[in-house]
Amino acid sequence: MKLIESIIKPFKLDEVKDALLEIGIQGMTVTEVKGFGRQKGHKETYRGTEYTIEFVPKVKIEVAVADNQVQRVIETITRTARTGSIGDGKIFVRDLGEAVRIRTGETGESAL
Amino acid sequence: MTTGTRYWIAILAAVAGTGFWITGAWAQEALPMPVTPRVDSGDTAWVLASSALVLAMIMPGLALFYGGLVRSKNALGTIMQSVVILCLVSLIWVLFGYSLVFGPDRGGVIGGLAWAGLSGVGGEPHPRYGPTIPHVAFLVFQLMFAAFTPALITGAFAERMRFSALVLFAVLWSIFIYCPLAHWVWGGGWLRRLGALDFAGGAVVHISSGAAALACALALGRRRGYGTEYMAPHNLPLTLLGTGFLWFGWFGFNGGSALGANAVAGGAIVATHTAAATSALTWMFVEWLHRGKPTVLGVISGAVGGMAAITPGAGFVGPLWAIPIGFAAGSLSYVAIVWKGRIGYDDTLDVVGIHGIGGTVGILAVGLCASRLINPAGGDGLFFGNAGQLGIQAVTACAAAVFSFVGTSVILKLVNGLIGLRITSEEEAVGLDLSQHNERAYS
Repeated sequence: MKLIESIIKPFKLDEVKDALLEIGIQGMTVTEVKGFGRQKGHKETYRGTEYTIEFVPKVKIEVAVADNQVQRVIETITRTARTGSIGDGKIFVRDLGEAVRIRTGETGESAL
Repeated sequence: MTTGTRYWIAILAAVAGTGFWITGAWAQEALPMPVTPRVDSGDTAWVLASSALVLAMIMPGLALFYGGLVRSKNALGTIMQSVVILCLVSLIWVLFGYSLVFGPDRGGVIGGLAWAGLSGVGGEPHPRYGPTIPHVAFLVFQLMFAAFTPALITGAFAERMRFSALVLFAVLWSIFIYCPLAHWVWGGGWLRRLGALDFAGGAVVHISSGAAALACALALGRRRGYGTEYMAPHNLPLTLLGTGFLWFGWFGFNGGSALGANAVAGGAIVATHTAAATSALTWMFVEWLHRGKPTVLGVISGAVGGMAAITPGAGFVGPLWAIPIGFAAGSLSYVAIVWKGRIGYDDTLDVVGIHGIGGTVGILAVGLCASRLINPAGGDGLFFGNAGQLGIQAVTACAAAVFSFVGTSVILKLVNGLIGLRITSEEEAVGLDLSQHNERAYS
């Protein structure tokens, strides 16, 4: 099992969610986050005074998937979250030790 | 002695000091008196309506213009400063301020107290101060100018001035800076006798508040976190609304200064509007070229600077001169504000850059392009064969700037010694609204 964390542009959330549902992903967790990457935020200017806004609003999607779904999920997110311009975000994949469905007590991939 | 007691002693001392000063023996000279005075209903209606227009420039105009530019935690505290200054100066004005400015001249320096408490100021027109309007209409029109000017200065110390210090400062500034300076230029004082031309307050209002603002920014120092923290305006639509009231009211500020519903008033309004539009566009294009994007704040800042610049000449120059004057104001104000950023003094809301620069551009422009063909009561500038006027205008600008800067610095020292100018750093972190007034703008 893997936990796939994607940091994406907020306006892409609906598109990514719909595409993930289409390939059979049944659940996800979404958080509003702020951050920066190589882009280093953006600049605002007020009467000549410049402010650098380092932390740009982003959305983080967490999806727990079975090992055989990982590549497909990554491809789907990459395809739908992409605009081609700077600030499209990142995808992080990590190993997932265990999963439990609280209602039934199921564990492992059947809990996903 | 408690802070409160020292505070009241300071106010009493200020009032008593003024009394000594103006009862001194100075020779009195009479200026020539024009036409026989007779009240005209149209002229009176226009000047009274203009008084209301200028009132709208202070509240809500300036209050919202400045209120939107600060951070949200300081919105009410900033609005409060304009509103309370309006009230304070209004009382000073009807009690004795008007007399200090326009009352019988004392040695070219100040008006006497003969007209204190509206004594002799009633329905009869005064030959020099609007021969076709009741004297009391002139008084209320001028009251708005007296209140507007110190309210302008509040932009320089925004977000960090103690409210009690602000009250004392405004009282002292109004009595000791505005009253003498307005007398010099408008009340028959030495600058007027020299031939200074200032139609609606380029020196009296804009240079004086700009120079005072510089003194304030230097005396109070920068805000905590200046240059490192995010201090962007919290509500620019509010600032736009304030600018709308300023623009609207400026038709009365400059148009009303004709003291009649006549051709000079019409020309002054066209000049005012044209200067605002030109300066707004100038700022927009300069910023677009320099920074890559045109901004709303830039456009409205330019408009205000343009109106400040046309103020001294609105009724003395042909309306099309407003285009070069607006262009100069918009570009020079922009440069001044970029330059401020490099030097690093914290004139928070750019009173120096917009009003100081605008007023100076305007006062000098009168020395270039004033013409008696536009207003026989005015004068001719360099372009109309009178090079001397430019020198007189330069003296006027310098006198207003130096007097206001030095006088304001002295007042600030005094207020700082008595009650302290700045709020504590903890109060600054909390904001003016909660620390000074126990209320918040947005809950």
